[in-house]
Amino acid sequence: MENNKIHTVVISGLGQTSVGEHWDISLRELAFFAIEKALVNNRGGYPQALYLANMLAPALSHQSHLATMVADFSGLRGIEATTIEASGASGGMAFRQGYMAVASGLVDSVIVAGVEKLTEQTSVNVNSAFATNTDSEYEADHGLTPTSQAALLMKRYIYEYDVPDFAFSGFPVVAHANGASNKNAMFQRAIKPESYQRAGFVSEPLNMFDVAPYADGAAAVILTRAELVADLPEIPTVSVSGSSAVIDTLALHDRQNPIVFNAAKESIAKVYAQSGLGHSDIDLFELFDAYSIFGALSLEAAGFSEAGKGWELAQDGRINLDGEIPISTFGGLKARGYPGGATGVYQIVEAATQLMGLAEENQVKGAKNALVQSLGGPASTAVTHILSQIER
Amino acid sequence: MDIPRHWRLRKQRYGLVGEVCEHCDSKVFPPRDICPDCGEEAKTLFSFSGKGEVYSHSTVYDAPKGFDESTPYTIAMVKLEEGPLVTAQLTDLQEKEVKIGMPVEMVTRKLREAGDERSMIVYGYKFRPVMSH
Repeated sequence: MENNKIHTVVISGLGQTSVGEHWDISLRELAFFAIEKALVNNRGGYPQALYLANMLAPALSHQSHLATMVADFSGLRGIEATTIEASGASGGMAFRQGYMAVASGLVDSVIVAGVEKLTEQTSVNVNSAFATNTDSEYEADHGLTPTSQAALLMKRYIYEYDVPDFAFSGFPVVAHANGASNKNAMFQRAIKPESYQRAGFVSEPLNMFDVAPYADGAAAVILTRAELVADLPEIPTVSVSGSSAVIDTLALHDRQNPIVFNAAKESIAKVYAQSGLGHSDIDLFELFDAYSIFGALSLEAAGFSEAGKGWELAQDGRINLDGEIPISTFGGLKARGYPGGATGVYQIVEAATQLMGLAEENQVKGAKNALVQSLGGPASTAVTHILSQIER
Repeated sequence: MDIPRHWRLRKQRYGLVGEVCEHCDSKVFPPRDICPDCGEEAKTLFSFSGKGEVYSHSTVYDAPKGFDESTPYTIAMVKLEEGPLVTAQLTDLQEKEVKIGMPVEMVTRKLREAGDERSMIVYGYKFRPVMSH
């Protein structure tokens, strides 16, 4: 439809900081370090706009008006800059804003960056800030947190589908195996299934290995029109072949069937329709494993398994780097870490790195198309992209 | 402090007052003025019975401000007998083991304390196991 009129958008620069506790680096410096890296390896023109993803800086870093601060500090005075917030999907949503700006032809080149600091406050403060991402009046005011909400989902899933104990262990095991060789990951050690079985409950049935760690981090990607990028002979150029954002009810209790991620499903159907690609074309899936139950529900929403069986994919190697649908190829949220609004930009940077063939030990061999999905809340917002190698 | 915000919610918090859709008879809680089932206007008030069953449940050990003094507490989604799901705490459990499907009824309890001793205490609905007679 409108695809006939929009421009082809490609990635011309990538940058990321390590994910973890950056207590010696301020929010603005963290964002700048990622942006600086993306600018240094940029193969396109100078960016005219910054779309900055962030989730909780007004609450946890005492800073709003964030994009202006980051653009100013990054030496980008005079450009357009704005902050994008969509809970955990902020990074994906900022990328979509950048994509739309370039695809429309209104802007030649944009930086999409994400930054977040989640490790500098007490857990009570962090919990309070995260709780504002739920429906404040009807969820948070009753003591619900995103983590206990994921536990409610997991409990109901186990009940309805009668899954065995430790059904979800495959998700953290695969994430940590992939994180072990990612020098930017928060956790760079593999774990054994037995460790999962011994772990203490965070909010039963959710144990500590079912929950991605809150972290600090920043990532950046530069987008431009295909004809404005300088080709490199040895590295493939990566384009955005599909982009979509879909919302569901904000509150989990407002859904007919809470254990189906409908927005995630619809968002994927849209990127398939836009790109002309389907399941069999997807070589890797960067999904939003903030909780292992999200991993199962996301695989089901994407159609890689039927409802109630997403966890089985994680049990027998099918989501490993050499499996039929590799996920969390650099550790995902569980091992790379969960730096709030920056997460979606990390997912894009990682998927693009795979398609450029630069993933080293984490490389998915022959990867040509990557599905990337960021979720805000329990798929209250779902933002999905397909990145593709441009054939030459 | 949020006094107007909590005051505005008094009908929902103390009486489980939602809405009924005049077009499809769907019962709506929390009230949202547009029927989630048929998309028509739904502004007629409707008081829920407060009876329902546990749809899912868990325990919160690591809580936000205002709740951190009362951990651990049981959080649940309750399926009201008129249809909607609500998120609420379970209370008066004593030694009772919570199970999905367990019948519960609404009671009014303290939800949270908002900060220091001069701030307001927020009351609202929780659910307890249905008393057997």
